Amino acid sequence: MRMTGAEIICESLVKEGVEVIFGILGGAILPLYDTIPRYPKLRHVLVGHEQGAAHAAEGYARATGKVGVCMATSGPGATNLVTGLADAYLDSVPVVAITGQVTRALIGKDAFQEIDITGITLPVTKHNYLALEASSLAMTVKEAFYLARTGRPGPVLIDLPKDVQINQAEFKYPERVSLPGYKPTLQGHAAQIKKAANLIKESRRPVLIAGRGIIISGAYDELKRLAEKAQIPVITTLLGVSCFPESHALSYGWLGMHGMAYANLAVSDADLVVAIGMRFDDRATGRVSGFAPQARIIHIDIDPAEIGKNVRVDIPIVGDARVVLQALNKLVTTSKHADWLKQLDSWRKEHPSITIRDCEELLPQFVINKIHEVTGGEATIVTGVGQHQMWAAQHYWFDRPNSLITSGGLGTMGFELPAAMGAKIGCPDETVWCIAGDGGFQMTIQELGTIAREQVAVKIAIMNNGYLGMVRQWQDLFYEKRYFATPLNCPDFVKIAEAYGVPGMTVKSKQEVVPAIKKAMSEPGPFLINFMVKPEENVYPMIPPGAALSEIIEEPSKEVRSWSARNIP
Amino acid sequence: MVSTKHTLVSMVADRPGVLNRMASLFRRRGFNIESIAVGHSELPGISRMTIVVAGTAAMVEQVRKQVEKLVDVIKVSDVTGEGTITRELALIKVRATSANRSEIMQTVDIFRANIVDVSADSVTVEVTGDEQKITSLYRLLRGFGIKEIARTGVIAMTRGNVSSSLTEEKPARAKSDK
Repeated sequence: MRMTGAEIICESLVKEGVEVIFGILGGAILPLYDTIPRYPKLRHVLVGHEQGAAHAAEGYARATGKVGVCMATSGPGATNLVTGLADAYLDSVPVVAITGQVTRALIGKDAFQEIDITGITLPVTKHNYLALEASSLAMTVKEAFYLARTGRPGPVLIDLPKDVQINQAEFKYPERVSLPGYKPTLQGHAAQIKKAANLIKESRRPVLIAGRGIIISGAYDELKRLAEKAQIPVITTLLGVSCFPESHALSYGWLGMHGMAYANLAVSDADLVVAIGMRFDDRATGRVSGFAPQARIIHIDIDPAEIGKNVRVDIPIVGDARVVLQALNKLVTTSKHADWLKQLDSWRKEHPSITIRDCEELLPQFVINKIHEVTGGEATIVTGVGQHQMWAAQHYWFDRPNSLITSGGLGTMGFELPAAMGAKIGCPDETVWCIAGDGGFQMTIQELGTIAREQVAVKIAIMNNGYLGMVRQWQDLFYEKRYFATPLNCPDFVKIAEAYGVPGMTVKSKQEVVPAIKKAMSEPGPFLINFMVKPEENVYPMIPPGAALSEIIEEPSKEVRSWSARNIP
Repeated sequence: MVSTKHTLVSMVADRPGVLNRMASLFRRRGFNIESIAVGHSELPGISRMTIVVAGTAAMVEQVRKQVEKLVDVIKVSDVTGEGTITRELALIKVRATSANRSEIMQTVDIFRANIVDVSADSVTVEVTGDEQKITSLYRLLRGFGIKEIARTGVIAMTRGNVSSSLTEEKPARAKSDK
């Protein structure tokens, strides 16, 4: 059947099961936008800024596991997507972005709103396309979705010249793709898996470090079986939080710069690290030369390029976390590791890490704790980046699979609001709390308008401390408290929210916290709470930059400040 | 860890932008490409690239794996070592006078190189060989004065039955989108 390029794109999106598109239109993508209304299966959500579209697509993808879709016009529309695509790239999130482009004849002529978006996004996409023929559009969309969701997921961009949207071609959706240069390995190497099982058997102080790969591959049960069968403590990365129930007896928190002290101590003392679906990010490992110095390392990851990239690995296994764990679980023998677990429990007692001081001031940790209490741990938490992110990850106890959505690799402030919106649209039956900082919230604040218009029932909690808090903490600790450019002049967030059509309230004291959260929960639509928390509260524990995991500092003290004398990498 | 030169042979889909993807990746991962040579392979729609980079074995292996992740790259192998034939072609334009022209010709003969152009004050030499041979000839000719040199960059092929090409399967799609 002959169709226009725009129709081919819409038909293909329907074939891929797309339910929602986040985007903003413009001249170069107008033919496509003119066609979308004829496809009622495709819900379009008009956002306030293209960055919001990309993060919303990410939030949708992270919450549902399906591919998120965003659209923008050429030039500035396309460049505004870049931060969101980079965020998706670093956290392995399946996103397909479709951008308008000037007509083919104008490409390379610096035409109005022409920009080389495939060139710009080359290093932040898994793959990208400049679609030059209407006849190849169906295959391009098919490939884009296939690449985005398989193997190590990631963002794929399709740049679509205006005349290609108008030109006609025969439409037939291809059944399969042919990508000779792309063959992800799912099955782990049998001999390597056998070696891994033997190493686990020999080990006396093993730890599992589980990352987002567990969530992506849905290996929750397999991870639990391995941990329980071999009695290995489970520590997660920040992005791995909620891949293993934190109330489980074998859960020992998450590692890294602001992770639990006992988790970091356990990794530092382990004789075996079984790392699954994680990539040894520097925020997770601390100083690499001091990472798990006594341990042999088994690294299971779907991306062969991650193996040996940052740390030396004794047994590499390339494969899908779930598939590999299924094979490994068959070979692993039952063990006890009773002494080791006892040691960990005593560390946990000595270094509780996650305590909340009893004081009159309104502490952000207290607020998070109460959100956990009132939601009964049943909410999906979406955070931005900074202090509030660390407090949310520390003080909300995550028992439900995939219940923390956060920007890890890129560390994008302003991720929270649009991502929470995308997550709620993808999972309308879930309770979604957006935990924000007062700095990052203002970077994508315009999506309050989208949330109000679409009545997306996201509950927003701003940890308002009047600073770019995490940077202020570094200035406090390493730059002799020279608070340059970190104090903020925040507007009245409640008034702003009301102006956009989102009700809200400000909370200043501990007593008001629980009633406010309950009020937010009882509202049928979105609701914002502006928590005026203690301005100069720092996040602890903390591993100073350049220090090893074992050098974790648990309490505010001079000890931390002495690091300022050292060279911070 | 010793930094040495590595020769990578890569089979890539013949599509617009593939060279850019490759070069961009080396740049991003902090590798300086010493030479790169691209041309058709024995398979339609598939180009063969030979890239020479310097680095430790571990670093080059990391970049090789990153290159292998590119969707347009079908295969990439590190062929550094004994079992590999490497060749480069150079055109060298040497300053020449009637007095020293025969001396230049003798030097060229020793290297089994050819003179492909002669003018009143220069001769142009074409030489093929491994990098070392070309560098040696270049050094000798430098005494006469070099006006210009153009080198193709190294191409490489493994000896005997070992292949860097796509021996296992031929890709179904080999159509250029250009």
